[in-house]
Amino acid sequence: MTGQFSACRIQRMLNCIEVEHLRVVRGGRPVLPDLSCAVAAGTVTGLLGPSGSGKTTLIRAIVGVQQVVSGRVSVLGEPAGSAALRTQVGYVTQAPSVYSDLTVRENLAYLAVILAASPESVSEVISTVALTDQADAQVSRLSGGQKARVSLAAALIGGPRLLVLDEPTVGLDPVLREELWSLFHRLAAQGATLLVSSHVMEEADRCQRLLLLREGRLLADATPDELRERTGADDLDQAFLRLIQSGEAA
Amino acid sequence: MSTRRVLATTRRVLRQLRHDPRTIALMLVVPCVLMTLLRFLYDGQPLVFDHIGPMLLALFPFTVMFVVTSVAMLRERTSGTLERLLTTPVAKADLLAGYALAFGLVALVQVALVTTLSLGLLGLQIQGSVALLALVAVVDALLGTALGLFLSAFANSEFQAVQFLPAFVLPQLLLCGLLAPRDQMATALRYLSDVMPMSYAVDGATRAAGSAGVSGALLVDLVVVCACVPVALGLGAATLRRRTP
Ligand SMILES: Nc1ncnc2c1ncn2[C@@H]1O[C@H](COP(=O)(O)OP(=O)(O)O)[C@@H](O)[C@H]1O
Ligand SMILES: [Mg+2]
Repeated sequence: MTGQFSACRIQRMLNCIEVEHLRVVRGGRPVLPDLSCAVAAGTVTGLLGPSGSGKTTLIRAIVGVQQVVSGRVSVLGEPAGSAALRTQVGYVTQAPSVYSDLTVRENLAYLAVILAASPESVSEVISTVALTDQADAQVSRLSGGQKARVSLAAALIGGPRLLVLDEPTVGLDPVLREELWSLFHRLAAQGATLLVSSHVMEEADRCQRLLLLREGRLLADATPDELRERTGADDLDQAFLRLIQSGEAA
Repeated sequence: MSTRRVLATTRRVLRQLRHDPRTIALMLVVPCVLMTLLRFLYDGQPLVFDHIGPMLLALFPFTVMFVVTSVAMLRERTSGTLERLLTTPVAKADLLAGYALAFGLVALVQVALVTTLSLGLLGLQIQGSVALLALVAVVDALLGTALGLFLSAFANSEFQAVQFLPAFVLPQLLLCGLLAPRDQMATALRYLSDVMPMSYAVDGATRAAGSAGVSGALLVDLVVVCACVPVALGLGAATLRRRTP
């Protein structure tokens, strides 16, 4: 009895995010009918699925800005969205959400005060996302990829323990995408947990674990290798298709 | 609520404005131009200008701040920055107070400019104290700011937000006593004008300009306008939701 209890507790500590029977209705439609999943601490987990499958909705529930009908979402052992989490969770929205009429530095300096982070952290995160040369440029004058990195830098302020990134690499050139994935793994090596969504399966191989979402349902929760093994497909795009087909056949 | 976060928000909003010099120029110059126009419209009738001038001193900052803040807050909501901010420790009251303070400071400059121009170059004559008239104008600007923040919650686009000017400000303008004295209106209109905050703003300006010292009636006007500010800000905070559908 005691053994089971502590095993349960340890599991909870290892999981950074736990979602149980989450139900979300948007615009009268059940977008997530009944979703349960978990994200292990210290990993880079990919949230993959076609456009409209509910990735953003799940992410919004995890960062606590989504109205939910029922179910439980806990983050770092606290209910999602609770006050204690507000300095612990960094959130990169799908569209860059920074003030385009401010400079990069002004944007980040504002958040640093709000998050009670040190003023030095501003220059640190600017160099982390390789925008030092653009630090004093107005965000509206930056390219799409640069804007996305400002949004990422904003989420890094204060050194959050969990980073939730909604399609952070979409529309970026391959070199930049590669740099960002390396950055994600560096952050995980330093102890952060990352949940990264994408609708491009080719990015799945950069994740340690994958959550595959389709029409608001969890299709698979596996490592890329497990997925290949299970479906007998070499490339993950193919694996995903086979999963869908076998799901429909069953 | 935290002073640090309120002031950081004020500084951020002012910085955004600083990057938009044309908006600053419009906010500061337009009231001066309109006042000058009015002065020459009533060129041969200085008494009319002296009667209408103080009312407009109260109306310009109210109207300009109303439009600017409702659009600014709407942008915050539609650009996703609000959703991001509400995942941080920022309180809704921090945001609204930060906005109100920022635009309140701009209103201070605006009122100082128009008042100086009107009483100096344009020769507006008032019996009351200049400082009191300016105070009324600044409080009116704060009211405009607070109502703009509140009403922006009901707009989904900048088109809609701008439409609140004719829908919400124009009726108040018609009934505030500028076009016809409030005590000569039909009873129903009189009641309507009694519940409109701008009526007290304009009455206050007229009274402050009309006689030196603080009369009881002026005090009532000021208290009503001042009380509407936190009420509108509170309603505005209530419309901001951390969790949205
Ligand atoms: N604000 C909204 N109101 C109503 N329905 C929405 C809203 N946002 C998204 N949806 C619907 O929810 C479903 C999932 O959307 P989303 O979570 O954004 O998917 P993804 O991020 O995977 O592309 C879609 O069918 C979309 O139409
Ligand atoms: Mg999405």
